Amino acid sequence: MLKIKSYVKVKSIAEAYELNQKKSACVLGGMIWLKMGGRNVSTAIDLSGLGLDTVQEREDEFYIGCMTTLRDLETNAALHEYTQGAVRESLRHIVGVQFRNCATVGGSIFGRYGFSDVLTMFLALDTWVELHQAGRIPLAEFAKQKKDRDILEAVIVKKTPRSSVYLSQRNSETDFPVLTCAASLSEDGARTVIGARPGRAVIVEDKEGILEGFSEMSKKEKAGAVLGFSEYAAEHTAFGSNMRASAEYRKLLAQVLVKRAWESLGGIKA
Amino acid sequence: MNVSFWLNGEYRHEEVEPDTMLLNFLREKGCYSVKCGCETSNCGLCTVLMDGRPVLSCSVPVLRAEGKKIVTMEGMQKEAEEFGSFLADEGAEQCGFCNPGFIMNIFAMERELEDPSEAEIREYLAGNLCRCSGFVGQTRSIKKYLDYKRIQKKEEAEA
Repeated sequence: MLKIKSYVKVKSIAEAYELNQKKSACVLGGMIWLKMGGRNVSTAIDLSGLGLDTVQEREDEFYIGCMTTLRDLETNAALHEYTQGAVRESLRHIVGVQFRNCATVGGSIFGRYGFSDVLTMFLALDTWVELHQAGRIPLAEFAKQKKDRDILEAVIVKKTPRSSVYLSQRNSETDFPVLTCAASLSEDGARTVIGARPGRAVIVEDKEGILEGFSEMSKKEKAGAVLGFSEYAAEHTAFGSNMRASAEYRKLLAQVLVKRAWESLGGIKA
Repeated sequence: MNVSFWLNGEYRHEEVEPDTMLLNFLREKGCYSVKCGCETSNCGLCTVLMDGRPVLSCSVPVLRAEGKKIVTMEGMQKEAEEFGSFLADEGAEQCGFCNPGFIMNIFAMERELEDPSEAEIREYLAGNLCRCSGFVGQTRSIKKYLDYKRIQKKEEAEA
């Protein structure tokens, strides 16, 4: 069982950072994952008193405080509209409303969990993380890093015009996903993310430029590109096996989900 | 450590350990409707309302309840009885073990969703697992209960 020696509701991020330099200290998110482990925590750092629990829509970005619950993210109308429902779709299958009222964005992103729908979704957008020490860095960079003692203050989504889609496969509703897939299309190009491989979500690099100029393609060209890219993505992504599915099955799923995601973005009927 | 919050309408000051979870605290205080059914934050049995929102009390440290209003089924006996009669009428309850968390989440849904469709009801209650009665009878009872409440509200408004 999780043991906590002392509990500090911090007054500032600086105080949290200071306390967190001790290896046995731990920042609390929604406690969902943490409480299932058997850690001995010397100082539990609670950020819930800092007003970092809302989604602020600014002129060119969404500023999502680290303590924002997954449920608040799911029901945020502006984010819903900006992502054409993709954010909501990425969250609504995660256990239940009660769970999502506890789990936080900061906890999900900082943990960089392999099973994370949240990480998969945000990697498909122009997302940045704000860290107390390291400042603002792209989520794609943060997602590859090892966990350190920095404090994640917020997740920032730039409002670049973009269409996005989210898909996941689960063995049963409310379970961990067997595979997750998010894709988005903007002026900067196409982006595809595959997660729950079961390793951490990764961005699939389109090294052969299969989806280059996707928006300008004819319907027939699009259909060809989508098929080609879905095969390419499944072939060039690493998959593993666990109790939920084998690597081979995940590879098959990946091809199907990537294809469906791009058919959806390309307006092609499957 | 000290913590103060409302429990079923009563303001309480308590001395708690820093790692006490709300679930364990509530049971120590005699709220036996709140149960741990899974240990994987997955079953919804421990659902209570915190400032009106349903949360998993197994995952909330008591210290996070500071200044908040916590409501368990012990604090909603009348309402629970009312809904319970709809469950019974549909034969939608066998062992009743999961019932308290399930009913608390129905009350939360009633507050949050206006006129939910069956798909919306299922989505809202997906985090409440029942392993013996099944969800079909439960869904039937919820729909009848919501219809009843809607008519009741309409009649009150007209009166």
